[in-house]
Amino acid sequence: MKPPLPWRPDLTFSAAAPFYTHMTLPPFQVALESHRDDIWRLLVASVGRDRADDCFQETIIAALRGYPDLAGDSNIRAWMLTIASRKAIDEHRATQRRPEPVGEGPESAFAPDLDGPGQIWERVRDLPGKQRSAVALRFVVDLDYADIAFALDCSPEAARRSVHEGLTKLRQDLPRELIADERR
Amino acid sequence: MSADSAIETELNREIPAEGAEAASAAALDRAAAEGLVDVAYTVADTPIGGLLLASTERGLVCVSFHDLSGDAALEQIADRVSPRVVELPRKLDAARFELDEFFAGRRRSFEVALDWTLIDGFRRHVLQRLAAEVGYGEVASYGELATVVGKPRAARAVGTAMATNPLPIFVPCHRVVRSGGAIGNYGGGVERKRFLLDLEGASRNH
Repeated sequence: MKPPLPWRPDLTFSAAAPFYTHMTLPPFQVALESHRDDIWRLLVASVGRDRADDCFQETIIAALRGYPDLAGDSNIRAWMLTIASRKAIDEHRATQRRPEPVGEGPESAFAPDLDGPGQIWERVRDLPGKQRSAVALRFVVDLDYADIAFALDCSPEAARRSVHEGLTKLRQDLPRELIADERR
Repeated sequence: MSADSAIETELNREIPAEGAEAASAAALDRAAAEGLVDVAYTVADTPIGGLLLASTERGLVCVSFHDLSGDAALEQIADRVSPRVVELPRKLDAARFELDEFFAGRRRSFEVALDWTLIDGFRRHVLQRLAAEVGYGEVASYGELATVVGKPRAARAVGTAMATNPLPIFVPCHRVVRSGGAIGNYGGGVERKRFLLDLEGASRNH
């Protein structure tokens, strides 16, 4: 069992009703509406817009399935984003198992344009799994390292290291593309 | 611009969430088909304001005046029935249809199934007898209803049962008035009670 998350008044529904003497889960609809957009953004960044729809639906269904077992004082946002993050990892694994179309390889030949909105995430999606998840959780939904650690089932130090390594890798790839840009 | 700041700027740029709402609705439809929705709800527009209608697999479980109780009713349902509470209007189509007919004067009794989970004991008994005994256009006093349930001295407890009715309109607590003919109280406010009695053409001197 993982230790319970520290109570985060900024992230929990209970902050809206601080007079509760016992914590109860809010109606699922309330939790969904509070966190829906962030779950969507995390998935668009993690798996791309085309595959986000399926992952999002899987996330919501898994969340609804597990919801009644959640403790009333849980950090619902971090819990839902953890589910989304794991669905994204599953999706990447499934994609890797599918045979890659050979020959053209338009995706790898395409040098992402840093000026285009969201293009950076195509490169994040090419990072190793843990770095990819950590960078998305850190930058898309602003989770702190304790919550990223919870989502990735690692220590906060390891979560911080994954974000750092991901950023380093993105940085290393950048100069090559700038050169490629100038040659165009 | 340095590579670092260019990367961080891009990573911090907000991703549009424009597809989230539609994907959310699709997910909830799938969840309902898989039996994962314990309570479905909607807010129905009526001549007496927005009515929150909530239903389980067994039937209508809660009706509340949305302007008065707002989301507190949903929180109570989450606490006492199940936290799997989801907005799914089509699950309430039958109840909404009957309400529309009722307010148009074309329906005198309701047929949708009721789920009595939110009320038990003496109060449930009183409300069930009320629903069975006091018909459209009729009124009964708190004391008369107390007699009907075999506790003629329990008029006050009958009043409490009316005040805690989780299914107003469908269980017609608006038909219970003071013995002198005064209209008495109503959870949705006396104005609404008067509107409902007038709609039903109940003879009155209030």
